[in-house]
Amino acid sequence: MLIRKPADIRPSEITSETNYINRRDFIRAGAIAGGSLIAGAAGAAVIPDTRQAALSGIKKSEFSTDEAPNSYEDITTYNNFYEFGTGKSDPFRNAEDFKPRPWSIDVSGHAEKTGTLDFEDFMKPFDLEERIYRMRCVEAWSMVIPWVGISLADVVKHFQPTSKAKFVAFETLNDPKQMSGVRWGSLDWPYREGLTIEEATNPLSILAVGIYGKSIPNQNGAPIRLVTPWKYGFKGIKSIIRINFTSSRPRTSWNMAAPQEYGFYANVNPSVSHPRWSQARERRIGSGLFADKQETLMFNGYGEHVAHLYKGLDLRRNY
Amino acid sequence: MNTLQQIRFFWKPVVFLLCLLPAGLVVTDAIGLSGTLGANPVEEILDRFGNWGLRFIMITLAITPLRRVTGWNWLSRFRRMLGLFTFFYALMHFTTWVVLDRDLRLSEIIEDLTKRPFVLIGFTALLILTALAATSFTAVRRRMGQHWQTLHNAIYAAAILGVWHYWWQVKKDVTEPLIYAAILTILFGARVIWHLARNKRRHREARPAQ
Repeated sequence: MLIRKPADIRPSEITSETNYINRRDFIRAGAIAGGSLIAGAAGAAVIPDTRQAALSGIKKSEFSTDEAPNSYEDITTYNNFYEFGTGKSDPFRNAEDFKPRPWSIDVSGHAEKTGTLDFEDFMKPFDLEERIYRMRCVEAWSMVIPWVGISLADVVKHFQPTSKAKFVAFETLNDPKQMSGVRWGSLDWPYREGLTIEEATNPLSILAVGIYGKSIPNQNGAPIRLVTPWKYGFKGIKSIIRINFTSSRPRTSWNMAAPQEYGFYANVNPSVSHPRWSQARERRIGSGLFADKQETLMFNGYGEHVAHLYKGLDLRRNY
Repeated sequence: MNTLQQIRFFWKPVVFLLCLLPAGLVVTDAIGLSGTLGANPVEEILDRFGNWGLRFIMITLAITPLRRVTGWNWLSRFRRMLGLFTFFYALMHFTTWVVLDRDLRLSEIIEDLTKRPFVLIGFTALLILTALAATSFTAVRRRMGQHWQTLHNAIYAAAILGVWHYWWQVKKDVTEPLIYAAILTILFGARVIWHLARNKRRHREARPAQ
């Protein structure tokens, strides 16, 4: 027999104990960060070298949702990161020994400032912000994740792209020694993603370096990953080592693997089904066994910030 | 107790309980008594029941080749039970999909069945297994005579459709469906080889001695 819960409180709105405790920690971290702001440490994102270290100097953002975030456990044990295996818990198990330091990021292409930067130097010019975003996976599940990151628009501006730069292409580290999944041919490595320059400079786009106020765990894309909350999760390329300003549309991994199923834009769109499943509804992780799936929103509910980017574009064909 | 009684009163109940174990674990994991169903429990339950359905159809189909290789004829006493567990896990997989994954929304279920071939393939396999389960009683078997075996050969179709359903569903990594397909190929291959060998023998025996 099924006992359905009354509909007035959605299970996703109930904060778990770990969430609650995490949030307490977060507020405390914020208070410490606030202290350091007063002390004059603002304007330089410092990412400690130790694993899951507390980040400081995090600003709040108006773009954050007030929905309850998923538990740290859910966010860090249920991942798609094929470099560490294709199962949902594989990244959690297989990424433990991954070394996100030393790390360098190569910036190239149509920009005034290019070159290879040490991760710490790359981060220095930017401010850390907390962005609590919905994350909608193309597999029809979703989470709410309290990211800590830097504005991608700030990053793009910093490197001064020229008028020829129409796209920003990203690449993930491709290291078979550290990434057991890369030894398998599940995808054409390295993992590649890309955005139009307008998408990259949209205020919602961030490069995330933390979750729940701590530096980002390996399985979530340490040390730095892309987050574009109005797009399906696979656009959020992890463990980035290369940023390239290009004049033509870059090739992207899932589009290369199955072009009829995954497009370049990959905007969340409930009215365009995946060939093998509907995208109309999504399962909110953490909502429990008997909770109904919830309706998926166009652009994952971020339409007011991004819909103008696609004016005149047939979203049925440009999925 | 003779061997038949031992099988009936001891080994059958033991095997029955063992076969129920994966379902029991789903329940105890769901309420946190044993392991956990992870961040996405509905997907986990769906996967577990589906996988056990495939495993049981493989085990059921392995009985005859195993009996031939080992000469353990008592194995055939477990075949019906194993076949019925195949149906049980396939039905649980389907029920989980209808109730927990599709939230009992008829329009979505019909849309999936009509628009997504992999769903229809799985459903067809379940229909076949339902027919086999419904005719599994000894009395029905007797009444059906020769037709019974003809109908029950459809288990091969159900096995192929089941693996196909899984293959088509996975996003990219077909390793697991490939393993099932390989096992199925071996089980079918053994039957084909034996069948050919038997025909050859019959053919030879039919000829007059020289």
